[in-house]
Amino acid sequence: MNNPSAVQSVGRPFTVEKAKAEERIDTSPESVKLIFTYIAFSAFWLVFGTLVGEYLGFKFVWPELDSISWFSFGRLRPVHTNILFWGFLSQAMIALALYVVPRTSQRELYSYKFGWVSFWLINTSVFFGVITLMAGINNGGQEYREIIWPIFLLFALGLILVAYNLYKTIADRNVKEIYISNWYILAACLWTIVLVVTAYLPGYQEDGISQTVVQGYYMHQGVGQWFTPMVLGLTYYFLPILLNKPIYSYSLGVLAFWTQMVFYTMIGAHHFVFSPIPWWIQTLAIVFSVGMFVPVTAGAGNFLLTMRGKWRSIARSYSLPFILAGVLFYAIVSYQGTLEAFRSLNKVWHFTNFTIAHSHMSMYGFVAFLVWGGIYGLIPRLTGKEPPQFTVGAHFWLALIGVLVYSVPLMIGGTLQGLSWMAGEAFIESVTLMTPYWVWRAVGGTMMFLSHLIFAYNVWKMRPDSWQRLRQVTELQTN
Amino acid sequence: MKLNFHKNHKLLFGVVFWGFVALTLIIAVLPATWVQQQNEPLPASEPMTELQRKGLNIFISEGCVYCHTQQVRPIEMDENWGRPSAPGDYARINRQDVWRQTPAVLGSERTGPDLSNIGKRQPSDVWHYMHLYNPRSVVKESIMPSYPWLFEVVENPSDGATTVSMPEGYGPKNGTIIATREAEALVAYLKSLSQVPMDAWPSAAQQAKADSAVASAVKKKVNGATIYANNCASCHQNNGQGIQSTFPSLVGAAYVTEKDPTRHIRAVLYGLQGVTIDGKDYTGVMQPFGELLSDEEVAAVINYERTNWGNDAPTITAEDVTKVRNNDELNKIQPNE
Ligand code: HEC
Ligand code: HEC
Ligand code: HEM
Ligand code: HEM
Repeated sequence: MNNPSAVQSVGRPFTVEKAKAEERIDTSPESVKLIFTYIAFSAFWLVFGTLVGEYLGFKFVWPELDSISWFSFGRLRPVHTNILFWGFLSQAMIALALYVVPRTSQRELYSYKFGWVSFWLINTSVFFGVITLMAGINNGGQEYREIIWPIFLLFALGLILVAYNLYKTIADRNVKEIYISNWYILAACLWTIVLVVTAYLPGYQEDGISQTVVQGYYMHQGVGQWFTPMVLGLTYYFLPILLNKPIYSYSLGVLAFWTQMVFYTMIGAHHFVFSPIPWWIQTLAIVFSVGMFVPVTAGAGNFLLTMRGKWRSIARSYSLPFILAGVLFYAIVSYQGTLEAFRSLNKVWHFTNFTIAHSHMSMYGFVAFLVWGGIYGLIPRLTGKEPPQFTVGAHFWLALIGVLVYSVPLMIGGTLQGLSWMAGEAFIESVTLMTPYWVWRAVGGTMMFLSHLIFAYNVWKMRPDSWQRLRQVTELQTN
Repeated sequence: MKLNFHKNHKLLFGVVFWGFVALTLIIAVLPATWVQQQNEPLPASEPMTELQRKGLNIFISEGCVYCHTQQVRPIEMDENWGRPSAPGDYARINRQDVWRQTPAVLGSERTGPDLSNIGKRQPSDVWHYMHLYNPRSVVKESIMPSYPWLFEVVENPSDGATTVSMPEGYGPKNGTIIATREAEALVAYLKSLSQVPMDAWPSAAQQAKADSAVASAVKKKVNGATIYANNCASCHQNNGQGIQSTFPSLVGAAYVTEKDPTRHIRAVLYGLQGVTIDGKDYTGVMQPFGELLSDEEVAAVINYERTNWGNDAPTITAEDVTKVRNNDELNKIQPNE
């Protein structure tokens, strides 16, 4: 615990000058090739998935955009969420983990071959998932587990292989202590394997609403035991190394870890407050939603205290602003989530567009921003090529303003929807009153989408010159 | 040293993995198993037919669940949708096939109305077909998608085909729309969505109470305009002008403007079908609202019709409705006889 410098001693400290081209760090070409390919594909899924999101958003304003079954709202919505969950965010997080875990274990990745097999499994799964969802074949409309099991099995296998690969890397590490990032990252992989298996196994969720109990658990653990610990783990690496100072408190990270594991697992049923599933599960979920105050404050506080006094470095970096925004969103959405779980407020917000605002502030403001911070922090150092400053800035501001223009109006509109229902107005009122807010969503969504095109361009700009040259350069460096 | 999470990866990840498995059992697998064991259909409910089950599958395939809940919460604001949902309401839903999980009909968003009681609220086939073919043909402000691929356009519909006639501007230029088997299944499913009483052998009083649960909420603030928007506008439209040859206009209509309100009250209490109105026949069917609306509400909505869109007929009171309701003589003779 008193040796947090495992990180610092590992890589060369990164400088954080915005303009300066970085020196490349000496990573094996295999590793660069693997990681960059993951990132490139995740950028593709981001653009594709948010193009779909954008289209869905337009449909709220112009429901007659098309009448083609494959493009209808009910089929494209799970396409949007599943692409972004499994194709974009998961893939990008795994890419970064494939760098961070070996780095902090001071050794090479256990097996590059496994890394490639995982890559193909994950992308094949998402690809066929998209086709089947558009064809109207889905897993009972269960949110985020809509891809039917024969196809999602590929993703699960890919994930198991990632977990095995990382485990072997950590087991054979060349440092004594397991750095905190690796706790979070490998734990996230293990938890998600359990989660996915539990979500798909038959037997205990066949009849009636038994599936709803599992759905609450799955839906929240998807975000709470996969995305959240993964990006937090990555941030425990990238933040100190980019700032060139140790994390404020290692033990706060450990505290957040254990409380995250216990509390988060219990709160799934807050997605079904007032539903006919057993009342005690709902109450337990609400109580632990309040308990989430502990890991969230410990985690976000730890990051912010690490940043304290370094605001200037952050302003001069082009990856750190993403991390700052991500950490702030993490705190905001989590406190917001606790409020949504209270029965009194759930009444107003449940079933409304407020939930959509929460989903995007969390999955986008929190997870995607931290992932971008990691990508901009890492890739230039791997490939030795920097993206243009201007386009990184454009990405940041369009994405940030975009997500605010998207979610703030939906929060207002969602609240008005809930109040309209409470006042006993005709239902259609709650549809028509949303129109202006849906227009704002389309505007914000367009800004977000543009920022993703810019991100894809930046990824292209950061590409390695050629695998061949990469090898030569590395050889030169090591000799 | 050995039992140190920071140094012993087997210990750390062992605890992380098995601890999570244990928590999963406690919070998900065991409760789900328990719920499954308790699963029992309400005594008054009927098994789903083959056709309705097929309809449910289409409901899931098309992702209707992303906009529609089937979940009435035990809170005041949800009373419009029916009585609070109970586990038994969903007991007859189970796994679709080896590939696909049990449908998640509860939903998580209410972009469109709750459908727990849509079978009661909207029992008209004609309306559902028009609405599915193009929701805006019956509800102008709707943002629900159209589902034209559940229909076919043919030159000469065969006997027995379910034909759908759309208002001007909403149908194809040539040919006749007929509902496919999928559309028929979906509508059969929608019409089957109707809450049944919780008890096995409900007394008549309980039955009535369950049926009017939909209505009871609105009691506190009876507002003719709201009742009209929620119950009548889908057919007669907000402007009262109906839809040509399917749903009649209420503007200046004899039923609505004549001094004696009996016919009007009876139309609302007992529904209307197959009646020629001002020389025109209508293909639509109007369902009875006697069980759904209280006398006070019937009076309120009738007064709303009588005093709107340029109509200027004498208003009525809840007592007038009660009188018609309690008059067995009138009750027996349906208005369309
Ligand atoms: C984009 C969201 C959306 C989707 C997807 C959607 N609906 Fe709707 N639905 C609505 C809205 C909004 C309304 C209210 C306006 C109206 O009546 O059209 C509505 C109304 C309805 C109604 C009338 C409810 C009432 O109380 O009058 C029915 C029945 C219905 N939808 C069935 C379906 C079916 C079946 C599907 C899938 C094939 C479906 N909906 C898909 C948004 C949606
Ligand atoms: C499912 C569609 C539907 C709904 C909902 C509906 N109606 Fe009707 N209504 C009809 C049809 C169809 C007719 C004509 C029946 C016929 O010609 O036999 C009709 C006829 C009438 C008439 C006589 C019409 C005239 O023009 O002379 C009145 C009055 C009326 N409805 C009032 C109401 C009220 C009040 C409500 C709401 C409480 C309501 N309707 C809800 C379909 C509907
Ligand atoms: C261009 C940017 C985006 C746009 C325009 C957009 C638009 C939308 C729309 C219209 C919906 C459906 C909302 C509804 O049913 O009412 C939706 C749902 C959703 N989107 Fe996005 N989206 C975008 C980016 C993202 C990203 C990057 C993620 C990250 C994973 C994401 C995650 C989700 C989730 C989780 C839902 C389901 C929300 C819920 O059920 O509560 N979206 N999005
Ligand atoms: C302490 C932390 C959090 C709490 C207490 C919390 C609480 C909630 C609640 C109560 C809902 C249900 C809202 C409703 O349907 O009425 C919800 C939905 C959601 N939350 Fe959170 N939240 C938290 C953090 C997060 C984080 C960090 C993420 C993302 C990584 C996230 C992602 C989502 C998503 C995607 C949904 C939408 C689910 C759906 O309906 O499809 N939440 N949250």
